[in-house]
Amino acid sequence: MIEPLFSRGRILLWLGGLAIAIVLPLVFSKGFAVSLLCQMGIMVVFALSYNMLLGQTGLLSFGHAVYYGLGAFVTMHALNMVGKGGFPITLLPLAGGAAGMAAGILLGYVTTKKAGTTFAMISLGIGEMVAACSLMFPGFFGGEGGVSGNRVTGKGLFGISYGSQTEMYYLIAGWAFVCVAAMFALTQTPLGRMANAVRDNPERAEFVGYDPQWVRYLMMVLSGFFAGIAGGLTALNYEIVTAETLNAHTSGVVLLMAFVGGIGFFYGPIIGAILITIMQIAIGGITKAWLFYFGLFFLFMVLYAPGGIASLLTVQRRLWVARLWWPLLPGYLLVLPAALVSLAGIVALVEMGYGLLEQEGTGEHAVHLVGLSIDAASGAAWAGAAALLAAGLLLVRWTWGRLEVKWNAALSALQNPGGAA
Amino acid sequence: MSGVALRLQGVQKSFGKSAIIRGVDLEVPVGERHAIIGPNGAGKSTLFNLISARFPVSTGRIELKGHDVTGLKPFEINRRGLSRSFQITNLFHNLSVFENLRCAVLWSLGYRYSFWHRLAGLRDVRRQAEQVMEELGLAKRRDTPAGILSYAEQRALEIGITIAGGADVILLDEPTAGMSNTETEDAVALIRRVTEGKTLMMVEHDMGVVFGLADRISVLVYGQIIATGTPAEIRANAEVQEAYLGTAHAGDDGDE
Ligand SMILES: Nc1ncnc2c1ncn2[C@@H]1O[C@H](COP(=O)(O)OP(=O)(O)OP(=O)(O)O)[C@@H](O)[C@H]1O
Ligand SMILES: [Mg+2]
Repeated sequence: MIEPLFSRGRILLWLGGLAIAIVLPLVFSKGFAVSLLCQMGIMVVFALSYNMLLGQTGLLSFGHAVYYGLGAFVTMHALNMVGKGGFPITLLPLAGGAAGMAAGILLGYVTTKKAGTTFAMISLGIGEMVAACSLMFPGFFGGEGGVSGNRVTGKGLFGISYGSQTEMYYLIAGWAFVCVAAMFALTQTPLGRMANAVRDNPERAEFVGYDPQWVRYLMMVLSGFFAGIAGGLTALNYEIVTAETLNAHTSGVVLLMAFVGGIGFFYGPIIGAILITIMQIAIGGITKAWLFYFGLFFLFMVLYAPGGIASLLTVQRRLWVARLWWPLLPGYLLVLPAALVSLAGIVALVEMGYGLLEQEGTGEHAVHLVGLSIDAASGAAWAGAAALLAAGLLLVRWTWGRLEVKWNAALSALQNPGGAA
Repeated sequence: MSGVALRLQGVQKSFGKSAIIRGVDLEVPVGERHAIIGPNGAGKSTLFNLISARFPVSTGRIELKGHDVTGLKPFEINRRGLSRSFQITNLFHNLSVFENLRCAVLWSLGYRYSFWHRLAGLRDVRRQAEQVMEELGLAKRRDTPAGILSYAEQRALEIGITIAGGADVILLDEPTAGMSNTETEDAVALIRRVTEGKTLMMVEHDMGVVFGLADRISVLVYGQIIATGTPAEIRANAEVQEAYLGTAHAGDDGDE
């Protein structure tokens, strides 16, 4: 079998992605929506750079924000230096990339000496160290207030000034497209494949001529480069960089994005980055409890879909191709409302709890939920919400129980297509 | 090429207080098929681990093709043309059969840590990996992850990864262990084919295989080589008879 340079399907996929990226801000043109799209683009690059370590090389990092954050700070300083003109703003994220790469060269040498738990612990330690430095050197990191700049003072290529958010979006989208393509290309190279081999079995890699430490190190350096570019885009986008960009919370978020999306697939982290950015900004704008929902969602994914959303989608696609998907649809249609009822119960309970906390001492107990006003101090409301949740869970159990038999049968039919029909 | 492929001088290995390899001297000429036999726990796998640098030697010296390789890393020894298989299957379990073999040929064809070559465009890599895959009879399992192959298929792939890089000194640790008679016959034929013109050292419990395949045999007992010689010499050796052959495996030998 000859592997084609670019299959037709693959070209269509990339062109489709590009077209969507171009059209999106025309469809969602409100300021809020464009900001959201900008953040998505940045996070896609960041999460993919993270998965070069976790998914591809098997390195669980708790300190990836270091490379992202340093990229952001260096880009911001570079912006302030070239502010008078000269270096085009369009290419400024490269400064972030260089910074992330330099950090990878220096710090990666220490972190990648070992894999497994040791790597995870060292990455955590280095993350904390760099975060501490950000408070110790206010000259570079700007202390509590961070470092700010103005991207419009410089000149872009072709006279684009990036004054509007939409222009900024296209800058981000352009860089994101190039970075995604480059990171995908990397998975198709000898180094990319050997990273997978080292992830699976570092010992055997040594006995086919490769130094696993060196493979990990190179992947770390390259991953630092792309994380730095994402950081550079963040700096230009928000025109301010604070210490939060390189702290443990940011490292945690990127881990969750990659994991929820699916670390076993190249495109998994893209889904995770988009979904979690929406959750952060959209749900975060509606409710103070969003971190709670976020935690719950993560827990649910780890327990029931450890392969991430990408693996769920892949199974659906394979079922579809094998003509096994349609028979499952009625089951899905039963589980879905049951799950929504449970979710409604959870939301009601959480919102009432947060409502009480927030309004403590004010004498107010009203919680507003989808147009309803609920008295969070009444026992009946709590009992009602709890009953809703209980009913929902029972329904899920019952409907899932009916679906599960068919589901398992479909999966085994998928695994041995030659077997009994 | 003539000369000595492998030379061990006074090699010893202790784990903590227990001496496992207690002074081994051995010379394997280029092109020889050399079998190591001995009872369970004699230190055969440990000896392979020392030669391939999985473990450092406690004392002693190891030469590969005339060069001192004592203290080198496993990948450095592999790059000098020595490759080994494992008694306990040791594959890239999430990668497909083809990818396992591709990983095994990349370094030897000079692609090193390249991130500027496109794998799909490397015809030499593909050809060599596919050729080994055909040789192993695993072509129909090309895209199956190594982790879900049958036991015999995994053992075949284990040998495949070992030989794919074209090393000229091959160490096989119990390649036929756990196989049925027909599977063993296939494996022996495979080993014969793929090690043609190479130096082969192998640990094997199946005396039929040993006496059929080996040019010379060394008997390792309790960390020391008590005899080295042709199959006929080993069969006639009284000490070996007593220490090893005379007991469990006497009935298996000599099918040639
Ligand atoms: N890493 C290690 N640490 C401590 N002891 C070890 C280690 N590896 C092997 N040994 C001990 O060394 C001895 C020889 O083991 P080895 O695996 O070399 O034997 P073997 O001749 O290959 O046996 P078998 O025929 O069962 O494969 C055993 O007693 C084993 O417990
Ligand atoms: Mg052994």
